[in-house]
Amino acid sequence: MNPITANNITVAYHRKPVLQSVSFEAPEGKLIGIIGPNGAGKSTLLKSILGLVPKASGDVNIYGKTYRKQRQIVGYVPQRGSVDWDFPTSALDVVLMGRYRQIGLFRRPKKNDVKEAMSCLEKVGMEQYANRQISQLSGGQQQRVFLARALAQNAHIYFMDEPFIGVDAATEKAIVQLLSELREQGKTVIVVHHDLQTVKDYFDWVMLLNVRKIAFGPTNETFTSDLLQKTYGGKLTFLDQKEEEGVPFA
Amino acid sequence: MTYTFWILLTASLVGISCGIVGVLLILRKMAMLSDAISHTVLLGIISSYLITNSLDGFYMFIGAAIVGVLTTVFVQLLNSAGVQSDAAIGVVFTFLFAIGVILVSMFARDVHIDVEHSIMGEIAFIPWMTVDWFGIEGIPQAVWMLGFVLIIDLFLILLLYKEFKLSSFDPGLAAALGLPVGLLHYVLMGMTSITAVASFDAVGAILVVAMLIAPGATAYLLTERLHMMFILSAVFGVIAAVTGYFIAAWLNASIAGMMATMAGVLFLLAFIFSPTHGIIAKRFSQRKIQQVDIET
Repeated sequence: MNPITANNITVAYHRKPVLQSVSFEAPEGKLIGIIGPNGAGKSTLLKSILGLVPKASGDVNIYGKTYRKQRQIVGYVPQRGSVDWDFPTSALDVVLMGRYRQIGLFRRPKKNDVKEAMSCLEKVGMEQYANRQISQLSGGQQQRVFLARALAQNAHIYFMDEPFIGVDAATEKAIVQLLSELREQGKTVIVVHHDLQTVKDYFDWVMLLNVRKIAFGPTNETFTSDLLQKTYGGKLTFLDQKEEEGVPFA
Repeated sequence: MTYTFWILLTASLVGISCGIVGVLLILRKMAMLSDAISHTVLLGIISSYLITNSLDGFYMFIGAAIVGVLTTVFVQLLNSAGVQSDAAIGVVFTFLFAIGVILVSMFARDVHIDVEHSIMGEIAFIPWMTVDWFGIEGIPQAVWMLGFVLIIDLFLILLLYKEFKLSSFDPGLAAALGLPVGLLHYVLMGMTSITAVASFDAVGAILVVAMLIAPGATAYLLTERLHMMFILSAVFGVIAAVTGYFIAAWLNASIAGMMATMAGVLFLLAFIFSPTHGIIAKRFSQRKIQQVDIET
């Protein structure tokens, strides 16, 4: 059974559609990138699957059941910029938040949960920062804490919203490493991505999105200049020029 | 029990309950919404008086909590219909407050809830307004009410500590994990409403906002841990209330005004001298960075 089956998702803000009739079936155990221009609805697609924005129409199934019934097998990494990093809390505490569902309403985290959270921090190479206040971490370190939190959710499917934005080279490497480990464990990872240069290296499958789904399939079949042109429109010629000049267009 | 003891106990209870609720309001960036609620609860108080024809604290609580939550519901309705959130808050709270003022002036002129009292508060009268509840005599009604509110606030914060923490820090993940984010919001609004109404007698509608926001904002500058922020906020609330009372008594000035002023003074001190967030510390670390730049 497919980890994610989306039928005809439409999302509108103030009657203006930001996603229109998007349907897809994600294969299991793949790293899947979602790319498209700004305002293409990439983040909105993730949020609509997770029930964080209301859908005008359409439905989503996670392994054949609604998301509500499958929350415990879905992990989520929001955009780093979506939270206040001055919040008075530590890195370890943020990772523990990933276990709040398992811990249950009204209950406190136990030793076991703290141990689990620590091992997730270790997996992203952040164990020595466990007690650091989160505002004292660099952007890349903050992103790694977010990833550790998603690992603490111990999910089968992961949704990550722009995890590579504003991170240093070491963190980028750590994230790529982590993604391939998750794939080895048979997990499905869906990543909103913006850097076209790295798509071929990072993702097995790719979705080209611009309000509508332009294409979805294995990267070598889908990530073609033809389809990219269709997704990005005129903007791509500008990107091509930059590429010829040797300037990365991150 | 002496007159001063009751005043200080009342002031401290105001400081603690406003302080701990204020922490959540600040972290959720809802300071202005608490301003709105602290005003609109007047409508709740007068409505419950007109319906039950009594000044019983219990009915006042219910009325205040309902109107407080209604305030946030209306704000959200306008907001989702496309009105900017600060404009929505401004329209809703002045409208509901104005209805409250009109009702007070029409039907309740001669009872204890006059407009000036509601807005300014009068802690000096509190020790004389005692009630005999549960067979215990001589305890001021304000102390009873504040005591109950503090227990409710503490209980809810302890019970829902991690839920409040996650939904304040990252509402997106909280919703994705299935935490009752909307319910938590309304629980906090209810807490804010009953805390505001219980603090009314002591400090009034305008200055209760100072007690709700200033101690928490001060604590925010001084700690990096959430539980410590709650403790510090409560401590600063008590310090502001108690020192405010004594300075007001010494200068023969408005007690509520002086309490709010002291809350502001504490914030100013933290703003200047905080080792992590203070402007002196920031200057110093900037100069350090510049020096390193010059040296290298």
